[in-house]
Amino acid sequence: MHADLSLTVDGHHHTLTVDTRTTVLDALREHLAVTSPKKGCDHGQCGACTVLLDGRRTLSCLSLAVAHDGAEVTTADGLAPEGELHPVAQAFLDHDAFQCGYCTPGQICSAVGMLDEAAAGHPSVVTDDLAGPVTLDRAEIAERLSGNLCRCGAYAHIVDAVAEVGSEVAR
Amino acid sequence: MRPFAYERPDDAAGAVATVTADPDAVFLAGGTNLVDHLRLGLATPGTLVDVTGLTSTEITDLPDGSLRVGAGVRNADLAADERVRTRYPALAQALLAGASGQLRNMATTGGNLLQRTRCVYFQDLTTPCNKRAPGSGCSALDGWARHHAVLGATHEPAGVACVATHPSDMAVALVALDAQVRVLGTDGERTVPIGDLHRLPGDDPSRDTVLAHGELITAVDLPPSPIAAHSTYRKVRDRASYAFALVSVAAALDVADDGTIRDARVALGGVAHRPWRATATEQSLVGAPATEDTFRAAARAELVDARPVESPRGGTAFKLPLVTATLLATLRDLTARTAATTTREDPA
Ligand SMILES: Cc1cc2nc3c(=O)[nH]c(=O)nc-3n(C[C@H](O)[C@H](O)[C@H](O)COP(=O)(O)OP(=O)(O)OC[C@H]3O[C@@H](n4cnc5c(N)ncnc54)[C@H](O)[C@@H]3O)c2cc1C
Ligand code: SF4
Ligand code: FES
Ligand code: FES
Repeated sequence: MHADLSLTVDGHHHTLTVDTRTTVLDALREHLAVTSPKKGCDHGQCGACTVLLDGRRTLSCLSLAVAHDGAEVTTADGLAPEGELHPVAQAFLDHDAFQCGYCTPGQICSAVGMLDEAAAGHPSVVTDDLAGPVTLDRAEIAERLSGNLCRCGAYAHIVDAVAEVGSEVAR
Repeated sequence: MRPFAYERPDDAAGAVATVTADPDAVFLAGGTNLVDHLRLGLATPGTLVDVTGLTSTEITDLPDGSLRVGAGVRNADLAADERVRTRYPALAQALLAGASGQLRNMATTGGNLLQRTRCVYFQDLTTPCNKRAPGSGCSALDGWARHHAVLGATHEPAGVACVATHPSDMAVALVALDAQVRVLGTDGERTVPIGDLHRLPGDDPSRDTVLAHGELITAVDLPPSPIAAHSTYRKVRDRASYAFALVSVAAALDVADDGTIRDARVALGGVAHRPWRATATEQSLVGAPATEDTFRAAARAELVDARPVESPRGGTAFKLPLVTATLLATLRDLTARTAATTTREDPA
């Protein structure tokens, strides 16, 4: 069974016809040739497919495209205008926060979404005072990004990169 | 994956009518459990009825002091709500201890309650499983049993055995907080106390809850409760984050100035087919002094009927001391905090 839908991906509007079984991840990669989000597990367990869906970080492998008709999708590729780098992407370069790079677009989208959540005052499970302000220390960053696995184990540098941007957000 | 039709009725009643009339139709909310099950071949519906726009995404104060959480409220938004953080901290903590930031942005209150067990054999179509294929047997009994039950399970006869656990963290907190679940059916709305929503396997492990096919969760009400403001959630897992509970405790204590426990709420996760209200623990705590001996006796009271899975490939006997230790740590923590508040409020 098929469905017609529209998606705005990294600022570009698309209309497409997909099988109802198609996920947002497969719609992006297989139908629209947007390959920045990666398929790691296809079961919600690794975070490689993370995109911002209507502004919030989401797993595109568990989202059915048909259920997101009209949505605005931002991938790691579309975070900054053509030819520029988003501050989080720049920090990943500066801190050598990857090895093979497969998890990186998901890590970056997740970090961008996470920084917005922290700026809005959302607590995490390691926040001591649930009702208090959020300070993005290393434990907070690691917890908030635990949904993104890195098989190369670049975690220490990923936390460094995000901490740099996080401290600027706080200032 | 079996092909399916996708529908988005005009309202919740329409969704209920559609699914009730069609044994092959299911509700779709955030999709974080259902889409995985479609891919695993575990769920093979002919029609998905999307309810994300049909159930409320609001959290509202009711005149009687309750907080009403729409079934469509995302787990992240529920945890971030100021009223939940201050009035029901155990709920905020339980939500934040579950899944990941991305998943919590997608998962809904209704879907979280109705997520299915993470038993690996349930998810593996090639193995016997009474929950998935009634009568085929239970592979966990002599298999890789780690996330399995110690309380309320069915160990025999073989054709109905099931030792699965309910995976939701949120539900454990809701049980301790005495939440009420609002359910819409074709005959109208009814209220199910959260403690009665999930079933024990009994002789039909295929059914997780008391809901009929087509009944829709519309909201969860949190009753007003002063003790809830002093509640907490503690989760023990195989890694520090992004893992299901081996054991968890949601609890609240009211300790008088003389150290006597006036009131207690305790629920356990990771131990049974449903979030487990620890009534024996509660009874043994109330009226007793808030001491280590009381806490130990309270843990023992709940575990007298425990029966771990004894599998050659690892069983759940390790959970008995783990439940005790987790419960003790939680009760100690709550007692210390109550003492701290009392001292601050009453310097005399
Ligand atoms: C990798 C991973 C890790 C996870 N870790 C945790 C964890 O640590 N702790 C935890 O608690 N959870 C965890 N989860 C599970 C997650 O919390 C659930 O998948 C989620 O809460 C389900 O909500 P949903 O809205 O996505 O439901 P869906 O997947 O859309 O639906 C789930 C079920 O509920 C039914 N349903 C949905 N809404 C309603 C309604 N309103 N009325 C009646 N039926 C309804 C659907 O038909 C379906 O059967 C994890 C999930 C993943 C993928
Ligand atoms: S424990 Fe329950 S869900 Fe797991 S294999 Fe046995 S019957 Fe199936
Ligand atoms: S591919 Fe989506 S979480 Fe792994
Ligand atoms: S850089 Fe290789 S998986 Fe993360």
